[in-house]
Parts: sequence; C-alpha cells; structure tokens
Amino acid sequence: MQKGNTYTLVFTAIICVACSILLASSAVLLKEKQDTQSELDRKRNVLKAFDIATVDEQGNKLGEEEINRYFTEHISEVFIDPKTGQLIEDAQNQEADDRLPLYVWKDSDEVSKYAFPVSGKGLWSTIYGYMALDKDAQTIVGLTFYRDGETPGLGGEVGKDWFQDQFKDKKVFKDGSLQRLEVVKGKVTDKYPAGNDHAVDGISGATLTGDGLNHFLNADLEKYEKYFKGIRRG
Amino acid sequence: MATNYTKVIVDPLSETNPITIQILGVCSALAVTTKLETALVMSMGLTLVTAGSNFVISLIRNWIPGKIRMIVEMAVVSTLVILADQFLRAYMYDISRQLSVFVGLIITNCIVMGRLEAYALSNPPLPSFLDGIGNGLGYSLVLIVVASFREILGSGTWMGLHVVPASFYQAGYINNGMMLLAPGAFIVLGLLIWIQRTLSRYFEPA
Repeated sequence: MQKGNTYTLVFTAIICVACSILLASSAVLLKEKQDTQSELDRKRNVLKAFDIATVDEQGNKLGEEEINRYFTEHISEVFIDPKTGQLIEDAQNQEADDRLPLYVWKDSDEVSKYAFPVSGKGLWSTIYGYMALDKDAQTIVGLTFYRDGETPGLGGEVGKDWFQDQFKDKKVFKDGSLQRLEVVKGKVTDKYPAGNDHAVDGISGATLTGDGLNHFLNADLEKYEKYFKGIRRG
Repeated sequence: MATNYTKVIVDPLSETNPITIQILGVCSALAVTTKLETALVMSMGLTLVTAGSNFVISLIRNWIPGKIRMIVEMAVVSTLVILADQFLRAYMYDISRQLSVFVGLIITNCIVMGRLEAYALSNPPLPSFLDGIGNGLGYSLVLIVVASFREILGSGTWMGLHVVPASFYQAGYINNGMMLLAPGAFIVLGLLIWIQRTLSRYFEPA
C-alpha cells in the first residue's frame, strides 16, 4: 500500500508516542518493586560474604524477613573517612564520595567480622561485590560478586560459588604487611608448587577478568587498610 | 478463507516447528537450556511476545505504511519485550538475572519477526494471535525437551529436584559437565532435530 510521506510521519509519531507512554508508565509503576528486589539481593550478598548460608538445603533463598532480621540483629553499617581511617560520626552529612561504607558483624556485642564493597573493571564491565574479613582483618571470611557483565561461561564465572569459595581463608595480611591477593593464570599449584595462601585459581578463558580482579581487590583493600591497621593494633 | 484455528496452533508444534524445522531462534534455545526453570520462563516470555506482537501488528496491518513496515514491527516487538523484562525484574528477580541478556534478545529472535512477516501482516488478529501462541509453544516444547536432558544429565536435577539417586554417585557416577556447556546443547538439539524430522518425514528440498 502506497501512502504519502505525511501519513507515514503521522503514523510513526502515533506509534512512538503510544510505545513511550506504555514503557514510561510501566517503568514508573514497577520501579519501587524492582528497587526492593535489588536492595534485597544486595543485602543477601552482604550476608553471603559474611559466610552466612543464604540458600537452604532445598535450594530456597533466604526470605526478606530473615535477611532483615540478620541485619537488625547482627549487622551495623558505619562509614570510614578514607583520609584518616577514622569512623565518621555524622556520616549522613558527608558526600557519598568522601566516605567508605563498612558492615560490622557483631555476635552479642562482640565484633567478629567486617565486610565492605569491592568493585572495579573486569574485561567488559564493572564487577560489584563484597569482601568480608575476620575480626583481625587478616583472613578472608568470604567474597561475593553479585553483579557483572562479563562473558557468560568465561569471565561470568566470577559469580559462581566454585570461584568465590576459593577466597575463603586466604590471608590478606601477613608478617606485618598487606599482601597482594592474586588470581593466577591457570592453577595455583602450577605457579606456586609449594602452596600459597593469597592466590586462587584463575578462570580459563578469562585472564583479563582475573587481571581486573587483581587490580581492584587489592586497591579496595588498600583503601580500607588505614582503618584495619587501627583494628590490628588494638 | 475459513481459518482452522486448531491447525494454526497445532502445526507449529511439530510439522512447521520454528526450531526443528525452520531452524529459527536457535541462539536462545542453546543459551537458556542449562536448567528447565530458565527455559520455562524464556518460553513463556517468547510465547507472550510472539502472540502479543502478532496480535498488535495484525490489528494495524492495514494502516502500516509499506515503507516503514519493519521499523514499526520492531517498535512494537521491542516495547513488548521491555515490558516483559521489567515485569521479570520486579517479580522474578533471580530468574531475570540468570536470563540476563537473553530476554532482551527476544527482540531479535527470528521467530518473532518471522511470524509477523509471514503471518500477521496478511491475517486477521485472532488467528494471528493463535499463530503466535502456537509458534511460541512449538519453541517452548523444544526448549523443555532440550533443557530436561541437559539438566538431568548435566546437574542430576530436574526443575531443581534431585532425580539421580545418591546411590548412583556412590557407585562412581558423575554428572556430565559438557551438557552444561554449549557443545552439550548442540548435541542434544542436533539429535532432537534429527529425530523430529525423521518422525515427521520432513526433508530439506535439495
């Protein structure tokens, strides 16, 4: 069917407006629900970094209530000044860029674990996650990555348990200084036949993602080192 | 022209199956079939989008200017896909994470465009809608079969339930990890296409 250009333009305009209205209203209506979901997922990952089982034997995920219960009973969120390494008292007044969030896990008023966000460039995307350290800030309790845009099956494996579980019990601090975490290319046993307490196996086909992790995990650890130094001393 | 509604729905299940006969939409069929659950959600998404876009395009088929036909089709399909994606994010967050880009890629799924061009543009809304449902179900059927094989052989589970008895593992049975990777999908899908074509006596015109 052949029609004039005006008709075509008007038709296009109508279709565009109709589609936009539909999409805009769905985005507005669903936003709140989506935000709750992603906030819940974020909290679930903090718990996972703290080495809390977030999936039961049947494979069911921890529900909203239980997650919030853990947060009210055990976890408090504080902020650290990156320059001085001191806790910020009136954190709400600070710009988000000038403070580092820290999750403190307490068992009956005794601090036992710390968790903080880690993020940085992988190969294609920014990878987001949480790392948790024990009460002396020397040993990794858990590491999770909850969002990435790496190649599924290759770099995307950072989101899998087999990769993340390797970090458990690795030492970030030894003999008085911070030591570099290392995602090796290939197997740890090939590179360090004598064993190594701060290296993990790399993902085959994802060397560059591993390089990214090496970079940002250590950079983030250094950012928090000013605060953790104080903990180790006293 | 009297339309046989049953035929419109049933044909794509086997005789004109979009995947095994027309070899359309294979990309997503390979990608989301490591687990039955994701395959089911993907199937639902594709069925709804194909049916919905078939219906809408068929409604406005007499007004669409020929010159921008494809662009209008894309706009309608994209809108529906984004809607589906938004709903998944709000109500099935984990699954939407697992499906990641593949929900968005329904937009470029050949089945959707193929049905619009081949059917919706020349048929009334109701049969077009049913044609979309039928083709969606044809796609779903293949996905379900492939995903069942891959999940059982690759993970020893079906819909997340353990189906391979623990005694098998004690006797030395191990899950076939290859089933979870792309080659496993190719093999299962290839065999399925072979069997299906043999049964329905379909042969490519030489």
